[in-house]
Amino acid sequence: MFKNALKNKTPLIRVVKRGRDALPWQFGILVRAIAIISALIVSGIIIMMLSGKNPIEVYASMFDGVFGTPRRIWNTLQNTVILLCISLAVTPAFKMRFWNCGAEGQVLVGGLATVSVMMFLGDKLPLPLLLVIMLAASVLAGMIWALIPAVFKSIWNTNETLFTLMMNYVAIQLVAYFLKVFAKDGSGVLKPMPQFGLPVIGKYQFLLNIIIVAVVTVIVYIYLKYSKHGYEISVVGESENTAKYIGIGVKKVIIRTLAVSGAICGITGLLLVGGTDHTISTSTVGGQGFTAIMVSWLAKFNPIYMVLTSFLIVFLDRGAGQIATKFSIPSSISDIVTGIILLFIIGCEFFLTYKIVISKSGREEK
Amino acid sequence: MLAFIVSAIRLGMTLLFGSTGETITEKSGHLNLGIPGIMCVGASCGCYAEYIYIDSVVSKGLEINSILAVLIPVLATLIGGAIMGVLFSFLTVTLHANQNVTGLAITTLGVGISDYMIDKTDLIYIRGAAYFKASLPFASKLGWFGEVFFSHGVLVYLAIIIAVVTSFILNRTRIGLHLRAVGENPATADAAGINVSLYRYVATSIGCGIAGLGGLSFIMDYLNGNWEYVIDDIGWLAIALVIFTVWKPNFAIIGSIIFGGLYIASSYITGVSFAGKELFKMLPYIVTIIVLIFTSMRSKKKNQPPQSLGLPYFREER
Amino acid sequence: MNNNLALECRNITKTFGRVYANKNCSLDVKKGEILAILGENGSGKTTLMNMVAGIYFPDSGKIFVNGQEVLIRSPKDAFEQKIGMIHQHFKLVDVFSAVENIALGVDDGNKYKLSNITKKVIEITQRYGFIIDPEKKIYDMSVSEKQTVEIIKVLYRGADILILDEPTAVLTPQETEKLFAVLRRMREDGKSIIIITHKMHEVLSISDRVAVLRKGEHVSTVNTAETNETELTEMMMGEKISLDITRSEPVNSVPRLEVKNITSFNEEGRKVLDDISFTAYSGEILGIAGIAGSGQRELLESIAGLHNLAEGEITYFDPITNNIENLRDKTPLQIRDLGVRLSFVPEDRLGMGLVGNMDIIDNMMLRSYTKGKSAFLERKEPKDLADKIIKDLNVATPGATTPVRQLSGGNVQKVLVGREIASSPSVLMAAYPVRGLDVNASYTIYNLLNEQKVSGVAVIFVGEDLDVLLELCDRILVINSGKITGIVDGRTAKKEEIGLLMVKSTETEGEEK
Repeated sequence: MFKNALKNKTPLIRVVKRGRDALPWQFGILVRAIAIISALIVSGIIIMMLSGKNPIEVYASMFDGVFGTPRRIWNTLQNTVILLCISLAVTPAFKMRFWNCGAEGQVLVGGLATVSVMMFLGDKLPLPLLLVIMLAASVLAGMIWALIPAVFKSIWNTNETLFTLMMNYVAIQLVAYFLKVFAKDGSGVLKPMPQFGLPVIGKYQFLLNIIIVAVVTVIVYIYLKYSKHGYEISVVGESENTAKYIGIGVKKVIIRTLAVSGAICGITGLLLVGGTDHTISTSTVGGQGFTAIMVSWLAKFNPIYMVLTSFLIVFLDRGAGQIATKFSIPSSISDIVTGIILLFIIGCEFFLTYKIVISKSGREEK
Repeated sequence: MLAFIVSAIRLGMTLLFGSTGETITEKSGHLNLGIPGIMCVGASCGCYAEYIYIDSVVSKGLEINSILAVLIPVLATLIGGAIMGVLFSFLTVTLHANQNVTGLAITTLGVGISDYMIDKTDLIYIRGAAYFKASLPFASKLGWFGEVFFSHGVLVYLAIIIAVVTSFILNRTRIGLHLRAVGENPATADAAGINVSLYRYVATSIGCGIAGLGGLSFIMDYLNGNWEYVIDDIGWLAIALVIFTVWKPNFAIIGSIIFGGLYIASSYITGVSFAGKELFKMLPYIVTIIVLIFTSMRSKKKNQPPQSLGLPYFREER
Repeated sequence: MNNNLALECRNITKTFGRVYANKNCSLDVKKGEILAILGENGSGKTTLMNMVAGIYFPDSGKIFVNGQEVLIRSPKDAFEQKIGMIHQHFKLVDVFSAVENIALGVDDGNKYKLSNITKKVIEITQRYGFIIDPEKKIYDMSVSEKQTVEIIKVLYRGADILILDEPTAVLTPQETEKLFAVLRRMREDGKSIIIITHKMHEVLSISDRVAVLRKGEHVSTVNTAETNETELTEMMMGEKISLDITRSEPVNSVPRLEVKNITSFNEEGRKVLDDISFTAYSGEILGIAGIAGSGQRELLESIAGLHNLAEGEITYFDPITNNIENLRDKTPLQIRDLGVRLSFVPEDRLGMGLVGNMDIIDNMMLRSYTKGKSAFLERKEPKDLADKIIKDLNVATPGATTPVRQLSGGNVQKVLVGREIASSPSVLMAAYPVRGLDVNASYTIYNLLNEQKVSGVAVIFVGEDLDVLLELCDRILVINSGKITGIVDGRTAKKEEIGLLMVKSTETEGEEK
């Protein structure tokens, strides 16, 4: 009689959310480190299979691609700060649980505003004034682009993930349109205008960008952690009910925070256009608006960790790019490697939030 | 005008695959932002399989079988897309990862895999496009009517069939009822004895397989076999289409043609400046935004996104 | 082995983290009987039944159905054993119709056709006397209708063992009577019914036997006919503890807060507060009694500026400036800016009163962070306050930087009440402040409320335990379906008197729109 019913065995493995027995922080670092290392091993194996080179050589050339020459180091730093800056931009919104997937578009309109100022006012104004107007225009443009979905979210609770995603493509088409209008030859390609760009410090073209982003990092860190605004963002993000209970105007906070988010995106647009390319194309941001979402999320919305995560992504991207050139395998390998590592890190969060209980021993692990 | 409509239908059906796939996925509660990458993977798997098939047949000096030339890539695409779907589900269901972030990472990975594969694909695969585009023999005899309704390749009809079948399954079958419940309220579905994880896995994988066909149809049908690195843009458009058609695959049949039309309208409209055409391409996104705003404003219970869209489900959460 | 047993639980244990929800629980249900499971809030009734229904999986212990040991790992397994549970929070899909919800998860091998299912549903409703429109969407339904759908759902699956988790908490007395009539018909039909409740009179009126749970443990199961209220209460509470809460006479009582004819509707347009008027005086504790969901929450939230009023006025008499302020339609922030020192300990501690993922210091700041002109936060004062509360109230925590989510229920509540008292309020509102707390923590809270009262604060205390209300409060206001049915003196009132006021029907019953 019993045997029939007991054909089903006790579930062997169960997943339990970690509650009060939270983990020591060392464990968190250990798990993430394991994830990154195993991802590197997996992608090493893949590259090895594709290129036939031994893994040491592969990793060595990755390092070479990232740090090999001063120029490469500068490029690495430049890429890192741009990605970091976008990540910083989306972070206040994310902390509020507002899924701003529209950084791509917000940066792009910031860049578009910059380029417009360069084109139409470049030779009419003294440089310092021009720079101020460029800054104002880019910030304003990014802000407006972020505020549109924010206003609808706060009034009608319109889904912001989908809204901001759509805004990206509207922005891309907007840039495509103005490129055709601006480029007199009708090619849709705008010649760089380095004469109206951000000033270059010494011989180092990207130094100013790096300094600006460093400052932005510190400001965002302080804003989120030590300012009243930052505190309100955390409360709204954690629990809207609590926010109402203590009298925080949730709508106001959403709109204000997205203004900040958009403004920083606008600044990134300025850095990309005014400080780097001196022109714009529809792929100026090149998907970094999306990568930034992952950077910010992986860093648990902490600006300081973001320095590390954005560097990690750039390291992979550039390193894989170098491998591709050196071993003549397609450059798409960098996307593959980045994708794999991201998935590993995303997956490892599981082990930090949950624990696996094997009930054969009959007792829960402590 | 006729050419415009025909073209709009072709592009529309590409979008329809993507949106039907994403609708199935979203009905299970998964907001899969990996669809653009998955459409890329689908396309490249199909093209690669076509290359292997044609290459093996031609090298042996045999005739290309018109049925196999379509069937093999379609199967490869379905499998490729489904594998990506399983990967997405593994992270979001089994490992409870954030869906937005996972989806974006999948898109990065998918675009990479697809670019790599197409790089390894011999251009001989393009010969397969002819079989995809083979239209019904009597189409040309029926004038404009035949042109609009019967002149298309097999994938166009497949897209419509899949959309209709999906719509039927969602609304008229037990499986559809259960799937909708999983997306609306997984705790309820779970309490009713529905295996939430299984439904999410299966729906997402099937959805991703179907979405992958969108990529294949874009290359083999719409672009006549010529590879272009814009499939991910089409993918985002497909996600927009899901919203535009308020999560209803049968609406999407018409919706997709409207979207396709809006997307290519600029090339067919005379009197619009070169630059103005770029503004036209904005239209699908803008109408999607308007639909999004409109549905949220009415805040009716009908025509809303599945209630637990984007949220993980963990039974012992407390 | 008794063949007459429909269900038997043996030595079931379940822990959440380090807390025991159930400890060695054993109980059984016979075929064709109604078993009541009685216990206070947090006694583990629902957790135990959730394990029978497959929502949770026990850490140890065995479950037998019809004498056979079974393993219930999921709700599906439970259905296979013909066990169905009607949860307190309805598990229905809002956008589905009643029939769609009923059909959910059932694969009887027949072709899926809604019209056939509808026929079957109508059959069930006629057999047991339910009234329901099968085509109606859940979002258009009243609570009682939703509950009916839940019950039909379980019956449709052919359940022989029905578990109802506090089914009457959301019902009017008439609806409760109807439900009980249905349950009796099911019993006649041979079904076994388990009803979880903490309402004594219901236990006595409906059940055949009563199983009493206390702090996660099964105390005893007795035949209803052979027991009485006193005995059950003793079993529920354990050895008779005289509550012995100190109560001083109110001193210098003056009106502090006057609520006048307030009426309010909830989001669905149902009237939740109906013409409520009362005055809270300084130096007294005003208790509010009522069955769950009678409008207590809305009343407190209205005063705190979180709930919109349709009609009425809320007036505050400032003890220092003697100003009279109208609080109606003011936001919490505006109320604070008026200098109104109003503190509120809400029912939902971690969802409203505190932020679970923030540490104790940051939670202290919730009330005070706006202070000062600086754009930056001042963490020194909150830290001192956190340290002070931890020390004064014996909060068991590794430190002030521990996220409050990691604290136990009692300590969470100490942090919350400590913060609300720290702003030296002149009105202190507390909703179910001792719910889920152990005896020691409860007394700490009672003492804190009493201290506030003595120092001249007008305390409003919403409670569920009548014994506590009767020993702690100076006056007790009884609320029933959003109306005040009486205000009694806490020193002289009888428990039965209040109980009656809580459940007696009000005139406009059933006509809500």
